[in-house]
Amino acid sequence: MTAPLLEVTDLATHFHTRAGVVKAVDGVSFSLRKGEVMGLVGESGSGKSVTGFSLLGLIDPPGRIASGSVRLGGQELVGMPGAHLRKLRGKRMAMVFQDPATTLNPVIAIGAQMRMALEAHGVTGTEQTRERSVQVLTRVGIPDAARRLEAYPHEFSGGMRQRVAIAIALLHNPELLIADEPTTALDVSIQAQILAEMKSLVAELGMALIWISHDLATVSSLADRIAVMYAGRIVEAGPTAAVLRNPRHHYTQGLLDSLPARAEPGHDLVQIPGTTPSLLSLPPGCAFAPRCPRADAACGVMPELLTEGARQHRCWHPLGLEVAA
Amino acid sequence: MLGHVIERVAQALLVMLVMSMLVFTGVYAIGNPIDVLIGPDVSQQMRLDTIRAYGLDRPLWEQYVTFLTRILQGDFGRSFVFGLPVLDLILSRLPATLELTLMAVCGAALIGVPAGIYAGYRPDGVLAKVIMAVSILGFSVPTFWIGLVLIMTFAVELQWLPAGGRGETATLLGVQWSFLTANGLSHLLLPALNLAFFKLALLTRLARAGTREVMLTDTVKFARAAGLSEWTVLRRHVLRLIAIPIVTVFGLEFASTLAFAVVTETIFSWPGIGKLIIDSIQSLDRPVMVAYLMLVAFVFITINFLVDLTYLALDPRLRKARA
Repeated sequence: MTAPLLEVTDLATHFHTRAGVVKAVDGVSFSLRKGEVMGLVGESGSGKSVTGFSLLGLIDPPGRIASGSVRLGGQELVGMPGAHLRKLRGKRMAMVFQDPATTLNPVIAIGAQMRMALEAHGVTGTEQTRERSVQVLTRVGIPDAARRLEAYPHEFSGGMRQRVAIAIALLHNPELLIADEPTTALDVSIQAQILAEMKSLVAELGMALIWISHDLATVSSLADRIAVMYAGRIVEAGPTAAVLRNPRHHYTQGLLDSLPARAEPGHDLVQIPGTTPSLLSLPPGCAFAPRCPRADAACGVMPELLTEGARQHRCWHPLGLEVAA
Repeated sequence: MLGHVIERVAQALLVMLVMSMLVFTGVYAIGNPIDVLIGPDVSQQMRLDTIRAYGLDRPLWEQYVTFLTRILQGDFGRSFVFGLPVLDLILSRLPATLELTLMAVCGAALIGVPAGIYAGYRPDGVLAKVIMAVSILGFSVPTFWIGLVLIMTFAVELQWLPAGGRGETATLLGVQWSFLTANGLSHLLLPALNLAFFKLALLTRLARAGTREVMLTDTVKFARAAGLSEWTVLRRHVLRLIAIPIVTVFGLEFASTLAFAVVTETIFSWPGIGKLIIDSIQSLDRPVMVAYLMLVAFVFITINFLVDLTYLALDPRLRKARA
């Protein structure tokens, strides 16, 4: 078995705010092989986006990576000087964001924006940058790409705009792409198109993909593996099919139950009771305990992330493994 | 686009017409110019003759129509005081104010915008705090006081720069300019600095506020994620995104300084139009006042129009909306 492309070990990203230290990411570990797709799932505020930004070294003050290690192809990224890290961003690892309407610069033609991204990594010259831009735009499904280089973001539809953003991320054939809810702001039919496009891109380019989403449905159609995050920690991880069919953590079960597709027609959607806890005042034990139907005294102590085969979970009372009392 | 220009020109003409009415009646209401035109010791007959000669015995509307007809033929009348055609008088003074204003406003923009971007980019840095402190001074200290301090420091104590006047000039396009000679430039420096101070503070704060806002957007994050250097992000992305309010204020400040640089011109004995208008108000030199105010309206309209065109160049979304 080849060495993983990305190895994240005990990553912790903390924000030092006036109200206290917000542990947005607290001890996250996972690894990713070349060509593998991992879904990173969780509610808003669970730390999944911050994890993505931490990998790229794009955490702004007051936040900082407090500890842990991120290795890309064996190279340690945490603590790497900013200028070195910049040379990797966009080149070996890239990121796409949620809302293409805000990620692209509204007042610069997309051709010029692509050219900036190319020049950032030494691809210069009008001919060369044009050629590469058209090539990538065509690949992500922009019709008549050569003519569209002069167009501005507002002249594209939402779906097309996200394709442009994806094209910018793919300009240098990165080994790792982090996609932070890239379909959330789009129509459902466009979502499906983008998902299909991403699948074929991953297969074709052999890049690893981290797909960040709160939506288990989109993740399940794309990811080889799923990691579920809650309050800054991974609470469950494993192969997509196994996690979705037999979740171990009660939070994963709650997410699955609340999928609209699983609701009985005519009945209310199932909800997870309560809200995501404030990251400023987490309980000492399992962060999900206050909302968990199965919580008891044992949950007052933080459970370890246990490994069983290809799967991991962080729960004292894992579903499907409960010992008969 | 062409339709838009035509519409704007029509608007401008209408504004100028209304402006001419306001100015004419406004100026008509103050003082009696006949006392300026002739001494108190002339005969009653001569007085009436003069009044008739200038048409001052006609009803107001008739005087206005005559005035408007003349203006349309390019004749703004003669200055009561100087006896020269008003247009020549104003145009002879305009270059002095124009170069002073341009130097002040452009200098303020060239220093203020980068300083503001820096202060917005590193809001917690020591340099950013110094920049903001200086900008507060620029806002709160009155222009005339800064002018006096500048003269005391650089002209009287250090004797590096002259305290007033235009210095040597050189001719370009048939007009005398100070900035073309080293001596003229040294005369230009202090008054321009004086005028620039407030604008510098204003543009710095605008650029800082814009930058702080833009730095938090996904556009900047995405550009960084694509590996752009911080310098490229600031120069190519941030500058474009904060440009519209800056251009707006730049235009307004340019126009108002051109029209009302009078305090600085007085302190530094700069022979510009600001001094001309104050003198003409004191001596009730009606033709000069009227022509000057019309010129001010014209300058504002032109600059606003240019600012609008700049918007179209800066933001493609506006182009589409107007097409």
